[in-house]
Amino acid sequence: MDFMNPRLPLGDWVSDLLTWITSTFQWLLDFVTLVLGGLYDFLYLVFSSPVFFVMIVILAVIAYFAAGWKVALFTLIGFYFVRALDQWDNTMSTLALVIVAVIVALLIAIPLGILAAKVSWVSAVVKPILDFMQSMPALAYLVPAILMFGIGQTPGAIATIIFALPPGVRLTELAIRQVNAEVVEAGQAFGASPGHILGKIQIPLAMPTIMAGVNQVIMLALSMVVLAGMVGAGGLGGAVVGGISALDVPLAVEAGLAVVVVAIFLDRVTAALGQRTPIERARKAAA
Amino acid sequence: MSVVKASNVYKVFGKRQNEVVRRLEDGADRNDLTKLGMAAVIDASFEVEAGEIFVVMGLSGSGKSTLIRTLNGLWSTTAGSVEVLGTDLATADASTIREVRGKHVSMVFQHFALLPHRTVRENAAYSLEIQGVAKAKRLEKAEEWLKAVGLDGWGDRYPQQLSGGMQQRVGLARALAAETDVLLMDEAFSALDPLIRREMQEQLVELQSRLNKTIIFITHDLNEAMFLGDRIAVMRDGRIVQIGTAEEILTEPADDYIAEFVQDVDRTRVLTASSIMRETKATISIEAGPRLAMKTLDDNNSSGLLVLDDKRTVLGLVSDRAVVKAAREGHQTIRDIVEKTDLHTVSPDASISELFAPSSTAKVPLTVVDENNRLLGIVPRVALLNSMADPGPATGEIPTVATEPEPMVESPTAGQNDSEQNAAFAQEYTIPTESVSNGDAGEASNDAEGRKL
Repeated sequence: MDFMNPRLPLGDWVSDLLTWITSTFQWLLDFVTLVLGGLYDFLYLVFSSPVFFVMIVILAVIAYFAAGWKVALFTLIGFYFVRALDQWDNTMSTLALVIVAVIVALLIAIPLGILAAKVSWVSAVVKPILDFMQSMPALAYLVPAILMFGIGQTPGAIATIIFALPPGVRLTELAIRQVNAEVVEAGQAFGASPGHILGKIQIPLAMPTIMAGVNQVIMLALSMVVLAGMVGAGGLGGAVVGGISALDVPLAVEAGLAVVVVAIFLDRVTAALGQRTPIERARKAAA
Repeated sequence: MSVVKASNVYKVFGKRQNEVVRRLEDGADRNDLTKLGMAAVIDASFEVEAGEIFVVMGLSGSGKSTLIRTLNGLWSTTAGSVEVLGTDLATADASTIREVRGKHVSMVFQHFALLPHRTVRENAAYSLEIQGVAKAKRLEKAEEWLKAVGLDGWGDRYPQQLSGGMQQRVGLARALAAETDVLLMDEAFSALDPLIRREMQEQLVELQSRLNKTIIFITHDLNEAMFLGDRIAVMRDGRIVQIGTAEEILTEPADDYIAEFVQDVDRTRVLTASSIMRETKATISIEAGPRLAMKTLDDNNSSGLLVLDDKRTVLGLVSDRAVVKAAREGHQTIRDIVEKTDLHTVSPDASISELFAPSSTAKVPLTVVDENNRLLGIVPRVALLNSMADPGPATGEIPTVATEPEPMVESPTAGQNDSEQNAAFAQEYTIPTESVSNGDAGEASNDAEGRKL
């Protein structure tokens, strides 16, 4: 290799590595595809089967109980508007994919965040990985995802999970760490086991911050799911990508607005859930 | 048997802890070892007896909070052993330590450390929850303890809705509900404002008189230490410099550091009548006759005598006038002239602050008697005022009062001390018309002391 004109074939190596992984762990990748794809198909079926208006009412009721009548009213009008823009099926597809990705992301992020808060070396290892995941351009995830999982919902879900995961881990770790040390000490001083302290003291007290992390994960997942349209994940992302490639302004605008409606709905509902933790309830009672 | 026993406890933070301990044992200064590790507690040994309030006092950084945390295993010791009711925490495994904490040692925290998402009642029940007590039972018990600390009816509130003092009462109720033998209190009242703090101290003393717990109390406030502590350990730079009763520390400070420290203490709450009382020989048996009384008066330059029976029980006073009159009229005993109106007795445990009021109006020195009304000593006004002024000698060199009966009269050549005491006695035995000027003198000297302080 010429010293003055270096060229490191890193990309080729990674590509070779991915090929090797794909061929060696085909069974694992198939399993992941089966689980994620199956979950997506199930949710999409559930969301798209009822008459659209029934689904809107269901979403509005969820919004009402989580966040109150204002958000419920927005949900009614917003999703009716989405239907009027002829983006209903795409929206339900996107919603299903977001939910799948968020569930998996949280299943990884929250335990990992707790572990990082408890074990300092885990924190030290996880932090640079999270930095890497967050700073890597989101689109760059998509290519290896296609390579490994082919075209469809699964690579979209995988890319979304990777992209949305970091704030979940970070905020969970932060939340657990910032729980008042004296309160934790009180638990210890009365003979509580570590499990009791985690479950009855640390997690309840950390809940508002953890919920802020959940909210972040959902919003990031939504933004990534749109990009995932590029790898054939369909849904609103597919519509937007289609709009771009065909310079179809009406389609791009309509699909884009539908994304906004879904985003506002998810954000308000999850933010409101963060206000319903025991600690927030106590705070409100005191106010 | 001692309930808590710490033997040569070291606690070092840092990388080379054992090295630090070894060097400290060889006499190194902890400030020279900071590169190896930070020694927070150095060679601490003490025993705490059942039912005692043991106060560990020191400024911040003295290691007292670290020390108390070794007593329930929140910190493990680097060297030395801590025994709680016979269990050595240094060698116990995690589950044994948790058991000790749950059953034997509970703790009250400086910033209360209540669970903000639970109600006051649930917080008070927390210690029982960990012990696995059924919900209904533990909430019922919690309610009882809330009542005991004066929080009846607050059970449904959340901690944030309570004032600091009330929150700490919840903390206290939580610790008491555990019904452990030992109660650790880490700067428990330090975050409270002074009036509330005083109130809490008094409540703790009152609770302790009923519960008789073994309390280890950490504080940086000397007044608090003196007020609460049966014994006090003073810590400085990680070491225990002195262990003793409040009075011992006040009157016989182990070094200049402590002497300087105790200068600012509110002595009226700490010193008791027994620590400032003086011996008196101006006493006479009830069986004696007026002539003997006259001689005793004369020997002591006194104008009145305390009348005692053969068990030294204080029966009353005789004044010089009455004695002279009785002698002239040929009475055989002084029995008929004993009067009680001017006699004011106090217990040896009465704090000085309680003595000011009676002393200011009494015509004669206050008489200190034990529970059987036997004479222990007297507190002349000048002794009371002296105790306020001078930290050292005035209170330190009082001879202890002999408890066994002394020869009735015939005071041998009175020492300088004696004559001074008796002078005080004599002065205040004067007849009422002159007591006005005495009062003035007292006030004048009071003012003088005031300026000096």
